[in-house]
Amino acid sequence: MTATVSSGTAAARGAGFGLRRGNSAGGRRRRVTAVSLWFVVPALVIYGLVVIYPSISGAVYAFTDWRGGSSASFVGLRNFRELLSDPKTAGALRNTMLLTVVGTVVQTVLGLLLALALNSAIKSRNLLRTLFFAPALLPPVVIAVLWQYLYTPGGVIDRVLDTFGLGALSQNWLGNSSVALWSVLAVIVWQNVGLTMVIYLAGLQGIPDELYEAASIDGAGTMASFWNVTRPMLAPATTIAVALIMISNLKLFDQVFVMTGGGPGYATETLSLVMYKEAFVLGHYGYGAAVALVLTMLVAALVFVQVTITRRFEVEQ
Amino acid sequence: MRRSAYSARTGLTELVMITAAVAFVFPVYILVNISLKNPSEISETPIGLPSTLYTDNYNRAWEAASLGQALINSTVITTLSLLLLVILGSMAAYGLVRGTRRINGILLMLFLLGIMIPLQLGMVPLYEFMRDLGLLQTYTSLIVFHTGTLLPVTIFLYSGFIRAQSASYEEAARMDGASSMQAFWKIVFPLLRPITGTVIIINAIHVWNDFLTPLLYLGGSQFQTLPVAIFAFQGEYATSWGLIFAGLVVAILPILIIYFLLQKYIIQGFASGVKG
Repeated sequence: MTATVSSGTAAARGAGFGLRRGNSAGGRRRRVTAVSLWFVVPALVIYGLVVIYPSISGAVYAFTDWRGGSSASFVGLRNFRELLSDPKTAGALRNTMLLTVVGTVVQTVLGLLLALALNSAIKSRNLLRTLFFAPALLPPVVIAVLWQYLYTPGGVIDRVLDTFGLGALSQNWLGNSSVALWSVLAVIVWQNVGLTMVIYLAGLQGIPDELYEAASIDGAGTMASFWNVTRPMLAPATTIAVALIMISNLKLFDQVFVMTGGGPGYATETLSLVMYKEAFVLGHYGYGAAVALVLTMLVAALVFVQVTITRRFEVEQ
Repeated sequence: MRRSAYSARTGLTELVMITAAVAFVFPVYILVNISLKNPSEISETPIGLPSTLYTDNYNRAWEAASLGQALINSTVITTLSLLLLVILGSMAAYGLVRGTRRINGILLMLFLLGIMIPLQLGMVPLYEFMRDLGLLQTYTSLIVFHTGTLLPVTIFLYSGFIRAQSASYEEAARMDGASSMQAFWKIVFPLLRPITGTVIIINAIHVWNDFLTPLLYLGGSQFQTLPVAIFAFQGEYATSWGLIFAGLVVAILPILIIYFLLQKYIIQGFASGVKG
């Protein structure tokens, strides 16, 4: 297959823009499989206007004091120094990291457990897969409004706890600053754990049964065959699941915007939320852009670390 | 081998998982339950089933939140964005994978970089750009936005699929005198159907559910999408939960109906999409 592709491309070498103009016999032969760059141009124009150009100017604004209008002057790293000493942004940075790290661990473990259980011989597995995945398809705004109601003091969650004799656990779930962040995280995990489950199920279904047969012939028990067969075979699924959770939790906006608005105090402030407030509510475009640049750096660092770890792991394999 | 036996342990797993699932869907039960209750019943017994079905919430929510209009807006924006993504994304991926110049590889990397860049970085300049062009509060602004921001993942999915396909069919068509456009649309594009399905599923959910940008671009206008309409509606009716929840149910019903009809394809689409 690779051979077909490369022979095709070798024939087309040097083709591209302007090839159509050549119409000598030799040109005709060579252009048979040429694909013009014009295929790419429409997509490139839209992508350039919507993503590349705005991102570059955003990165430049991060070093200015621009507040809208025509005047903006270059202020070097002032926005970034301010950012670290501002309790709101520093809190957002801390919360974003907590949501990302704790959320990733919890959601990955729960998603894996669900996948293992629903990959067994149980009869309800198809129905249960459908149910556990469903929230992942729904708008985060809808989910956030629903949970805001469930979390009402004296509301549904408190009543359920009472029913099970756990009334002492009742909280002002979204109003208590030491609990609110974890209440928000619970909603995010509830909504997205089904996606992690689906990724792991696909991974589990890709493991050949022969590996388990071989392990059991070698006398491996359930735990040993999980550790020696399932765990290494699921490594690619883990890579994808972890990357998806981390990137989406780093950018978390909708749920906190709807449920807490970043409060109480700065207890549930996230970088995306601070960026939105600074830029679109307060008009501090330069400062907002600096917050966005920090977020971009975090995502880039994370992707870099993950690619490095994955490479090392794949070399070991 | 692992599927064949239904042991006592499997039975226990089944029991535990069904219990977990009941707890898991409990919030959704509450959502539907509250949407069918009158205000006094909601405050007294939010958990038990409604004594009578109070469908008035639905009539009032439909009118008050202009849900019909929001449903149309979301449908138009999602459909047109998907159309552009499939056309532009498949063409670009094909051009980049089958092209031979060094620039093709560089452009592919440039597109894939877009998967990583948070939208927040370009949010203000892009907003200004749309405003200066007079596109705010129009469908166009949001369709262009979704197309631009979702092209990276679309091109990522298409290019992986195209790379694994043989070029021999289109070579034969080109030998027979077809232009590269004809060869692409008549020969290549139909072969891309499986990945086109994945592209549509993943992007549709994303566009339909998106919130912040539609809020910035269309908020307060007659063109606002469902999530924005729901958010505004909740702001207006604060704690009239029966009314708000009726709105929420209307907003998620189209997704749930399509999901339950096409669940196999949708789950597969996500599984294959994220595997790339």
